[in-house]
Amino acid sequence: MDILELARLQFASTTIFHYFFVPVSIGLVFIIAIMQTMYVVKKQDIYMKMTKFWGTLFLINFAVGIVTGILQEFQFGMNWSTYSRFVGDVFGPSLAIEGLLAFFMESTFIGIWIFGADRLSKRLHLTSIWLVSIGTILSAFWILSANAFMQNPVGYEFADGRAQMNDFVAILTNPHLWVQFPHVLFSAFATGAFLIAGISAWKLIKKQDVAMFKKSFRVAVVVGTIAAFLVMIFGHSQAQLLIKEQPMKLAAAEALWNTSGDPAPFTLVANIDSEEKTNHFEIQIPYMLSLLSYNKFSGQVEGMNQLQEQYEAKYGPGDYIPPVKTVFWSFRIMVFTGTIMFLLALYGWYASRKGILEQKTRYLKLMLFGISLPFIGNTAGWIMTEMGRQPWVVFGMMKTEDAVSPSVTANEVLFSLISFTTIYTILAGVTIYLFVKHIKKTDQKTESNDKVVDPFDKEANNIVTQ
Amino acid sequence: MSLNELWFLLIAILFIGFFVLEGFDFGVGTVSRFLGKDDVERRVYINTIGPFWDANEVWLITAGGAMFAAFPHWYATMFSGFYIPLVFMLLALIIRGVAFEFRSKVENPKWRTTWDWAIFIGSFLPPILWGVVLTNFMTGMPIDGNKEMVGGFLQFLHPFALLGGVMFLLLTVVHGLQFITLRTEGELQERARKLAKKLAPITLIAFLAFLGIGWYTTDIFTQHGNAWILLPVFAWLSLLGASVFNVKRFDKRAFTLTSFSIIFLTASIFIGMFPRVMISTLGAANDLTIFSAASGAYTLKLMSYFSLTLLPFVLGYQIWSYYVFRKRLKKSEHLEY
Repeated sequence: MDILELARLQFASTTIFHYFFVPVSIGLVFIIAIMQTMYVVKKQDIYMKMTKFWGTLFLINFAVGIVTGILQEFQFGMNWSTYSRFVGDVFGPSLAIEGLLAFFMESTFIGIWIFGADRLSKRLHLTSIWLVSIGTILSAFWILSANAFMQNPVGYEFADGRAQMNDFVAILTNPHLWVQFPHVLFSAFATGAFLIAGISAWKLIKKQDVAMFKKSFRVAVVVGTIAAFLVMIFGHSQAQLLIKEQPMKLAAAEALWNTSGDPAPFTLVANIDSEEKTNHFEIQIPYMLSLLSYNKFSGQVEGMNQLQEQYEAKYGPGDYIPPVKTVFWSFRIMVFTGTIMFLLALYGWYASRKGILEQKTRYLKLMLFGISLPFIGNTAGWIMTEMGRQPWVVFGMMKTEDAVSPSVTANEVLFSLISFTTIYTILAGVTIYLFVKHIKKTDQKTESNDKVVDPFDKEANNIVTQ
Repeated sequence: MSLNELWFLLIAILFIGFFVLEGFDFGVGTVSRFLGKDDVERRVYINTIGPFWDANEVWLITAGGAMFAAFPHWYATMFSGFYIPLVFMLLALIIRGVAFEFRSKVENPKWRTTWDWAIFIGSFLPPILWGVVLTNFMTGMPIDGNKEMVGGFLQFLHPFALLGGVMFLLLTVVHGLQFITLRTEGELQERARKLAKKLAPITLIAFLAFLGIGWYTTDIFTQHGNAWILLPVFAWLSLLGASVFNVKRFDKRAFTLTSFSIIFLTASIFIGMFPRVMISTLGAANDLTIFSAASGAYTLKLMSYFSLTLLPFVLGYQIWSYYVFRKRLKKSEHLEY
């Protein structure tokens, strides 16, 4: 493999791995902050117990998210130095502001939250977890402002052979950012919600700590239903934006080789032949693509062959068609998992309101497996959006093949790829082990007597030692 | 002051902040495995930096982001040029970061020992690598006309750079030990004080040798006139003063002086580089400077507004967090989280 392939493989693998943990952190800390708020408002110890239980999972997860995130920031300079030189002016500020505004806040207040329980008032301790939550959300916003620039570059001019920022407001109001950010944010909330709901479901099947996990489940499905619904809404607006910004990505997601008829049908499944540039078999739903693209039952959608011709005329000779099968199927996997998540969460909300949740063991079992859904959906979504942009690294501006570091050798990248893959594999194993261990732990104290020791109380200090 | 100069200053401040703050938690992480005789003692040592290490590391992440934004060429040349050392540093920071969190989660002694070693390696390696990088900042690196570093990574490991690595490790260890004397009491505190005393002579000698070779072989310490030599001299004297205060049990003063030693040393290197950000050994025409490596004026101005508004808040709540955790740690305290 050459350096370009290795560097791309490294970016894809480390980013996908990093993004297993990030949405869990964003989602969990938001829900934990809600739980702790309920504790402070309602003054019931059960909410503190919930905060503690999910807090432990959050902290294990958060640590992995942080350390794998440092690599992300360094990777641009290490493997993609030409890219960094070319767009640093526009791309760098997002990362710097993310550090100043978000990382400092979340890292300082997470320390205060963990170690400050017996040194701070309840309200201040609660404030610190909310600041961590806000920090994770701000972090998502700023890194997505950088990604939105790669998808739909705005607010720059070319000077001295580089893209230079000339309009920060344009970068902040990038239409792409304002559909991508909510889409990603709510999918992160849904991810945290499904983790809590799934684990709670398992505990309810096992009949352990029923009161606490029923409450946890309820909070999670409420957040999960609302979040999954909003993910679909903003996903839909993203598709409508795509038809203007990156019609090639949308055409690839539809495996639409030639411009559609009017109204345009939606292709449900297809046997794609990228060599011949045609599909051998398709199942289509009439009108549906027009509806998705324009919110009406008419309108044409341009095909890849036609777009390829336009792009050649505009950007010069080259292959502008992304890997169609990957984009087509990852799009379907994302939409499918998102829809199932919404339905599962909605039913869970209904069942827990009706008080029939515990009888529905089959549903509870389903929810345990449902934990995997947001992870599959998130990964598929990023694969679709990043692969669908190829061959560009910054759409219409710089190709991925031109972005790698010229001074770095393939062997060096191979070395780092092997090192990070090894250590990430170990991390994944250890994290799953610790998660399972923590989840399996039963709370003896609550089952033997009713008095719950609040681990965040001053008197409990010496009890919990070792 | 031009915006290019301001940004050079801000990045220098971010690196100084990183070295002073993460410096002591690197030091604590390096010694906790050996200074703590049993699990509880190691936990106490680790907990001295527990609430802080994560935020300290953000100084590095923000320095990286600021370089990316303000001097993209500096960021690109340095990060692609120091490829292999950075791979090792990232590996170290990764295992260290998770080790702090994972260590307490299982009671098995083998588990704890494994993560204690991870904390040790992860805290021991980065200061050495940063010492090597800083020394190469001083000597310059082979940067060609395309702003690319050439010649592979073995060239960074010349004897002077290795001395720089060892010196920087020793400095962070002493700095970390002084931090322990501030955050612990009794036997645990005494042990740190004793080790700091033991390490003082060798650290002072390594530091002096480093400054001497630096003065003899590079232009860094006298770039802007001979009077600037006072800065590295103050760095050394601060360390000397710290070791005296350590023996006399003035812990606060000792820690303040090890901090100043790192501040003076880092400042003198950055000042010596100025207005260059990376010195080329292939001719001064290839040097990256605060002008040739910089972003456009618009970005620099925007970033100035952002950072000058946000930095006071960051400093405010970080200082507050040190105030919250000012009490000394005891063995009998709630240690597991």
